[in-house]
Amino acid sequence: MTWIWSNLDLVWDRTFDHLVLSVPSIILSFLIALPFGWLAHRYRTSRAVILTTVGLLYAIPSLPLFIVLPFIVGTSIRSPLNLIIALTLYGVALMVRVVADGLGSVDRDVQQSATAVGFSGWTSFWQVELPLAGPVLLAGLRVVAVSTVSLATVGAVIGAQSLGSLFTDGFQRGIQAEIIAGIVATVLLALVLDALLVVIGRLLMPWTRPSAIGVTSRHDVVAREVTA
Amino acid sequence: MIEFHSVTKRFPDGTLAVDDFSLVLPSHKTTVFVGTSGSGKTTLLRMINRMVDPTSGSIDIDGDDIGTLEPVKLRRGIGYVMQNSGLLPHRRVIDNVATVPMLRGMPKKKAREEALALLDTVGLDRTLADRYPSQLSGGQQQRVGVARGLAVNPNILLMDEPFGAVDPIVRAELQQELLRLQQELGKTVVFVTHDIDEAFLLGDQVVILRTGGKVAQVGSPAEILANPVDEFVATFVGADRGKRSLHVENHGDGDIVVDETGRLAGVLVDAGSSGHSSAASSESKAGPRGPGASAQGGDSR
Repeated sequence: MTWIWSNLDLVWDRTFDHLVLSVPSIILSFLIALPFGWLAHRYRTSRAVILTTVGLLYAIPSLPLFIVLPFIVGTSIRSPLNLIIALTLYGVALMVRVVADGLGSVDRDVQQSATAVGFSGWTSFWQVELPLAGPVLLAGLRVVAVSTVSLATVGAVIGAQSLGSLFTDGFQRGIQAEIIAGIVATVLLALVLDALLVVIGRLLMPWTRPSAIGVTSRHDVVAREVTA
Repeated sequence: MIEFHSVTKRFPDGTLAVDDFSLVLPSHKTTVFVGTSGSGKTTLLRMINRMVDPTSGSIDIDGDDIGTLEPVKLRRGIGYVMQNSGLLPHRRVIDNVATVPMLRGMPKKKAREEALALLDTVGLDRTLADRYPSQLSGGQQQRVGVARGLAVNPNILLMDEPFGAVDPIVRAELQQELLRLQQELGKTVVFVTHDIDEAFLLGDQVVILRTGGKVAQVGSPAEILANPVDEFVATFVGADRGKRSLHVENHGDGDIVVDETGRLAGVLVDAGSSGHSSAASSESKAGPRGPGASAQGGDSR
């Protein structure tokens, strides 16, 4: 415990480093997975190709990837960018299938009726299909968030700073408290990001709340807004 | 006025859904397509807003060939109501109704204002405006669906088995509501159903379809009831089973109307004192609105 109190600054710094690695990776993997997932959902031929490719992507062992990537993209091996690219690739690998499945989960009747009342292709995608795929996308994104946070620790082995550095350092110097602090902080960080995603999901998708019963109070607001 | 000119639709799998179909659907009247599944009735309806394009032939709306119109724009000008309401589950009732006007560029505030007024029109309490569709009963959802269909004040309202999934009591209510609305608004309504009683109740012009999108008979309910052209139509309207041949029996308490199978169809009352169809049970009365049937049939000629 004393180690933690006297090194609180270090733990904070590593937590911050960890966030810098994982948050951009999570966001990027979502954004990149969207068009590929859409392609996989939309066309049968592209589906097989895309889903097989991303499946294979996930099978690449992480450590060799961290080492090989700099040679491909020209970053230095310890650069956070190197890690972000690698983490994004794994995120994309998980997320593309989720996007394809999420879009596939949208009720065909609702899609048809959207078309029938005059939604054009793109408007329908942004305003109907994407929001309705939301719950599935969120479930996938939560998995990606947690797995990215845990995977980011591996970067410590190649010298990129993260909460993983607390285990490697603690291991080398025989400080048990540091190892434990690293593990606990990683788990906490994963939980916090996960909770954050759940909250964002609630805010963006109010119709999925089991108790959308705050209705009675809110209808007055709309009625007033409209009559005003 | 909607005109079908020798319209044929063959789907890629070879199914002939509609075969050389020609018909004029008069403005401000209700035309009902009625038939069993596979009769092409929904395909016919969907061709009017280009959800389906014909393989050959053409469809004109007020003289314009819709094949030359941009589908999305065309659809935004035509009301569409479908079974299970087809409402967007992630939007509140009021936003569902305001959807199409907003797609056409109406400011949100104005669209919502008009949407609230439309809830009144279809007999929904304004307190439901902020609910999500899943929080409404089936009947309420269908009313929202109708309100959405009316939102752009279209000349044409397409209704694809809109009352198919609600229970009989609610269905009867919604049917009466639609008759009332139609009397006020006078839209050109195209209604699809497999229920012949619904067709006779709502239709000025009823089109009975047989498998493969062939017309079996077109006419007013009274014409079809009085003169079914063939066995198929007679069976379809129930005339062959004696369901449509009613006679009066005196049971002491009053005059009871009975069909040929011996089933009690209702009681006999003075034409003046009866309301809509309250005199006869909904499924076995002689005409669409009891005593008013022939008068209604006469309108559409």
